[in-house]
Amino acid sequence: MIAQLIFMLAFGLAVVFFTIQVKKIIRNINLGKDLHRKDQPAKRWAVMAKVALGQSKMVVRPVAGIMHIFVYVGFVIINLEVLEIIIDGIFGTHRIFSFLGGFYSFLIASFEILALLVLVGVFVFLARRLVLGLKRFSGVEMTNWPKSDAIYILIIEVLLMSAFLTMNAADYKLQLLGYGHYVLAGSFPVSQFLVNLLPADASNLVMIERSCWWFHIIGILAFLNYLPISKHFHIILAFPNTWFSNLNPKGQFNNMESVNNEVKAMLDPSFLPPPADTNSKFGAKDVKDLNWVQLMNAYTCTECGRCTSVCPANITGKLLSPRKIMMDTRDRLDEYGKGVAKQGKDFDDGKSLLDNYVSREEIWACTSCNACVEACPIAIDPLSIIMDLRRYAVMEESNVTASLNAMFSNVENNGAPWKYSPADRLNWAKEDS
Amino acid sequence: MAEMVAQGEKPEILFWVGCAGSYDERAQRITKAFAKILNHVAIKFAVLGTEESCTGDPAKRAGNEFLFQMQAMTNIQVLDGYEIKKIVTACPHCFNTIKNEYPGLGGNYEVIHHTQLIQDLINEGKLKAEGGEFKGKKITFHDPCYLGRGNDVYEAPRRALEVLDADLVEMKRCKSNGLCCGAGGAQMFKEPEKGKKDINVERMEDVLEAKAEIVATGCPFCMTMINDGVKHFEKEQEIQVLDIAEITAKVNGL
Ligand code: HEM
Ligand code: SF4
Ligand code: SF4
Repeated sequence: MIAQLIFMLAFGLAVVFFTIQVKKIIRNINLGKDLHRKDQPAKRWAVMAKVALGQSKMVVRPVAGIMHIFVYVGFVIINLEVLEIIIDGIFGTHRIFSFLGGFYSFLIASFEILALLVLVGVFVFLARRLVLGLKRFSGVEMTNWPKSDAIYILIIEVLLMSAFLTMNAADYKLQLLGYGHYVLAGSFPVSQFLVNLLPADASNLVMIERSCWWFHIIGILAFLNYLPISKHFHIILAFPNTWFSNLNPKGQFNNMESVNNEVKAMLDPSFLPPPADTNSKFGAKDVKDLNWVQLMNAYTCTECGRCTSVCPANITGKLLSPRKIMMDTRDRLDEYGKGVAKQGKDFDDGKSLLDNYVSREEIWACTSCNACVEACPIAIDPLSIIMDLRRYAVMEESNVTASLNAMFSNVENNGAPWKYSPADRLNWAKEDS
Repeated sequence: MAEMVAQGEKPEILFWVGCAGSYDERAQRITKAFAKILNHVAIKFAVLGTEESCTGDPAKRAGNEFLFQMQAMTNIQVLDGYEIKKIVTACPHCFNTIKNEYPGLGGNYEVIHHTQLIQDLINEGKLKAEGGEFKGKKITFHDPCYLGRGNDVYEAPRRALEVLDADLVEMKRCKSNGLCCGAGGAQMFKEPEKGKKDINVERMEDVLEAKAEIVATGCPFCMTMINDGVKHFEKEQEIQVLDIAEITAKVNGL
C-alpha cells in the first residue's frame, strides 16, 4: 500500500512538473510572430509520416540512421510496457496484462529484443562520440553542456534498458522457482541469458526484481523531466516540426508583406497601405522578430550537425555554422522568455540575437545554398533565420559592406548588379559570329 | 520584343537573358549558344533587350527586400504589358525568382530553365542526340543550387549529357548533396569572409577527384566560379567548363 502511494506521488509530481516545463516552452514559442502554416493538411500529414515517423532523411547516413531506428522504435514500443508498469504501480498488481497469454509472451519477447537493439544502437552512438570522435559532433558551438547532454541521454538509455532486462531476468528466475505471485508469464529471449548471473535465493531475487522495477520507472519519470532542457526534446517536437515545415520549393523565399505595401504605395500613389504595425521591424534583430515556426525549429534541433557538415561556408573554414544559428536562437529564446515571464512584454536587457549571439561575420558568409535545409532530418530551416537577420541589417540599419551597397545601387540605377549601361544589354547579339 | 510587337507578331516564348548572360563575356557565349539552338529548332522567341532589368535576386538574397520588390513589380509590368505567358532562361537565379517569387507579387508565367527545354527538344527528336567530339570524354555535371536543391531539377541537365555517349561521372557531392560553387546569396558581389579557403577551390577538388575533363553546368555564376577554380589549379589545358547549351549547340553543329 505504501509502495502504491509513493508510486502515485512520484508519477503525479513527474507529470505536473513536466507540464509546467512544456508550458514554458510553448509560451516561448508563442513569443514569435504569427505565420500561417495550416494549408494543405493532407500533404502535411504525409510529410510528417515520411520524415518523422518514417525517418526518411535519417537513413541518408545509413549507420546513424539505422541505429537511430533501433532506438526510436525500441523506445516507442517499449513504452507499451510502461503502461503496464504504471497500472501495476497504481493498483499494486504484478504483470497485469499476463492474462493475454501467448500474446503477452510475444509482447514481452519483442520488448526484450528491442531493448537489446536499443543497447546496440546506443553503444554505437557512444562509440561515435567518445571513441571515433566524429567531426560532426564538434565545433565552436559544441561547448561543455551540449556535449555532456548527448552523453547523459545515451547513458540514461543504457541504464534504463539494463534495468529493464535485469528486472525481467530476476522475474523469470522467480517464475522458474515458482515463488510467490511470480506466475509463469511472458517469454524472455534476451534476459534468459542473464539468469545464471543472478543469485539463487528467492529473497535476493525479489529485491533485485523490485529495485530494477523502481529504478526503471523512476528513471523514466526523471528522464521525462530532463527532456525539456535537452536536445532530447526532439522526440516530441520532431512531429509538429515536420508537420509545420515549409512545403514550397526551397529556392523560394517569402515576399515580405510589410515591404510590399510600401512598394505598392511608391509605384502607385493612389494605393493606400493598411495601417502599419508600429512595432514591426523589417527583418529580425532578436528572437521576438522571428516567426513561431523558426522558434519551434530551435527547440527541435538535435544538434546533430548534419547541416554544418554540408555547409560550404563552414567546410571552408568560415565562422558560419547553421547548427550554431539554431542553438543560439534557442539559448537566446530561453533567456528572453525568462525575462518576459518576470517583467512582461516590454522586457529589454539590451541584448539581442544579432550581435550578442550571432555575429555579422556569420550571417554574411552564407551562400543561401540550402544545403543545411536539405540535410536536416527534421525539416529545420536555418537559412530563413539567416535571411531575416540580413534583412534587419540591410533595411533597418543600412549596415552592409561597400561592395554590396555598390551592387544595390547598380541594380537600382542600371538594372543590373554590375556597372553596365542598360543600353548595352543586347550587345551579345551584335557581334554575332 | 518591341520589334515583334511592331510587326504584329507574338513569340511562342520569351528568352529571359539575365544580367550575366547579357554582360558577362563568358556568359554571353552561353546566351549565343542557346539562341542558336532556339533558331535551329525554329522556336519563335523574343528577348526584352534593353527593357529587361535585373530580377532582383541578388538584392533579395542580400536582404534588400525593398529593392527586390521594386525590381519585381517593374519587371512584371513590362512582362504583362507584352502579355508574356511563357519564359525560358539560362540562369537558375532568374528562373527561381520569376517562377517562385513573382507569382506572390502578381506575375504569373510558365517558367522553365533552358536545360528543361533542351531535354524536351531531345526527347521530341528535334535536337540531335549524338556525341560528336564529346564521345568517350569524362564529363561531370555541377548542380547549381537554385536549379537542384532550390527547385528539384536534377534530371533535365543530365539528360542532355546522357545522350552524348560520353563517360558521365558524378562528383562525390552531387544532386541534392551537391556543393555550392560559392557565388549564391550575393556572395558573387562581395569578398568572402575569413576562412581556410575559397568555396570554389573546395568544389574544384571534387572535380579533380572525379578526374573529369569537362565540367558541365547550367548557371552563369557557377561558370565563373568553376572557371576561377580551374585557373587556381592551373588546369586550363586539361579541364573545360561548358554550359549545357554550349555542349548541345556543338553536337548539333551550331
Ligand atoms: C520518439 C522516440 C525517439 C527516441 C527515443 C530518439 C532517440 C534519440 C537518441 C538517443 C539520440 C542520440 C544520438 C546521439 O546523440 O548520438 C537521437 C538523435 C537524433 N534523433 Fe532521435 N529519437 C526519437 C525520435 C526522433 C524522430 C521522430 C526524429 C525525426 C526524424 C529524430 C531525429 C533525430 C536526429 C536527427 C538525431 C541526431 C542523430 C545523429 O547524430 O545523426 N528522432 N535520437
Ligand atoms: S544555406 Fe547558408 S548556412 Fe545553409 S548550408 Fe548553405 S551556406 Fe551554409
Ligand atoms: S538543424 Fe537539423 S541538421 Fe542541423 S543540427 Fe539541428 S537537427 Fe541537425
